[in-house]
Amino acid sequence: MRVNLTVNGSHQVVDDVWEGESLLFLLRERMGLPGSKNACEQGECGSCTVYLDGLPVCSCLVAAGQAEGRKVRTVEGLAEGQPGDERLDPVQEAFLEAGAVQCGFCTPGLIVQSHDLIERNPAPTDAEIREALAGNLCRCTGYEKIVDAVRLAAERKAAAS
Amino acid sequence: MDFLRPATWQDALAVKAERPDALPVQGGTDVMVEINFDRRRPAALLDLTGVRALADWDPADGRLRVGAGVPYARLITELGRSLPGLAQASRTVGSPQIRNRGTVGGNLGAASPAGDGHPPLLAGDAVVEAESAARGVRMIPVAEFFTGVKRTALAPDELIRAFWAAPASGPQYFSKIGTRNAMVIAVCSFAVALHPRERRVGTGLGSAAPTPRRAPAAEAFIAHELDWDGRGPLSEAAARRFGELVAEAASPIDDVRGTGDYRRRALSVMARRTLTWAWNDHRAGSTGSVGSLGREAS
Repeated sequence: MRVNLTVNGSHQVVDDVWEGESLLFLLRERMGLPGSKNACEQGECGSCTVYLDGLPVCSCLVAAGQAEGRKVRTVEGLAEGQPGDERLDPVQEAFLEAGAVQCGFCTPGLIVQSHDLIERNPAPTDAEIREALAGNLCRCTGYEKIVDAVRLAAERKAAAS
Repeated sequence: MDFLRPATWQDALAVKAERPDALPVQGGTDVMVEINFDRRRPAALLDLTGVRALADWDPADGRLRVGAGVPYARLITELGRSLPGLAQASRTVGSPQIRNRGTVGGNLGAASPAGDGHPPLLAGDAVVEAESAARGVRMIPVAEFFTGVKRTALAPDELIRAFWAAPASGPQYFSKIGTRNAMVIAVCSFAVALHPRERRVGTGLGSAAPTPRRAPAAEAFIAHELDWDGRGPLSEAAARRFGELVAEAASPIDDVRGTGDYRRRALSVMARRTLTWAWNDHRAGSTGSVGSLGREAS
């Protein structure tokens, strides 16, 4: 089937989509956007988190056909500017600075989920950060640095606004 | 596989009548797991997310009619005060990402014995509004909705339109056993709702039998035992007996998440604690906590 959707601001028409496939598969395998990671395929790990109409969701649990006419924003769509001359989002900068990236596999999902948290709650407490990230697993168990990064990103965004 | 995308409720009913083999999908948090893991290959997926009316809720006849497509996240933020037991249960569902997508309608349709939404719906006397193109609307009390493990009273041509529940008239609590606060299927769970006007207590047990179920003997015992007029304290003996009767209502299995004996024991403890919290709130004149995670163990 054909799916029409908007991804990171640009309208896309994707053909030959299998009816049972996930939005994650569509993004990674049909659109060449491998930022969203495929790990558990059952919503347990959060590595595939993307915005769907402004809400973070596990893209592995969204049927590709359910994205028809919707707006998707992936980790690739958080930085501003053109490829090669991008300005990273403050959340991405904070993850780099805080050393919140180990193997990096969980990082895109964590960044999208943290981005949403700070949009909704500009000054989250540690408990709120942990609650917001409860569905994102880091198998390197680097959670302390990740929480540091979210706190840093929130401070930066607050200072910039 | 076909992918069917009705844009209106009437279209959805027509499609389901024509294609009773189509599997309805809302947030996908159950259905897509089964498809991703090759556990299920329905002849067709019936995507209901395009039917905008399902994502609405409205007060009607003194009750709330909550569309089958309202996600858990909105139940917490928009209905936490009216349906506190369900809001507490909603907060224990998966993760924020899952709560943005998962719905009570989908939870009912999947009819897992472990579904977090079921115990508070049972305790709160909720009713499922089912509809078919051929026979119209049918109201099914939640207590009669579950007919077996992942089986429901729905006919093949019926869809879930909404559930109906009265706003809480007294305190409500939900409690759940799991290895962590997020991302767990209940080992077992329990919901209690006080209905002071009717001098009645509602219960709901999860993950404790082939279907979610009430504990009628426990309800009858405690309704008689509580000092509804004087709002006197709940005796420890009565709370304990209530817990025992709740545990006796269960017929749990041994599985990877826990043993039947553990589940019975945990149910008796959760029932005693949640009843105590609810009754103490009632004595203090409050209707209980709103959409919180519940209380720490005491």
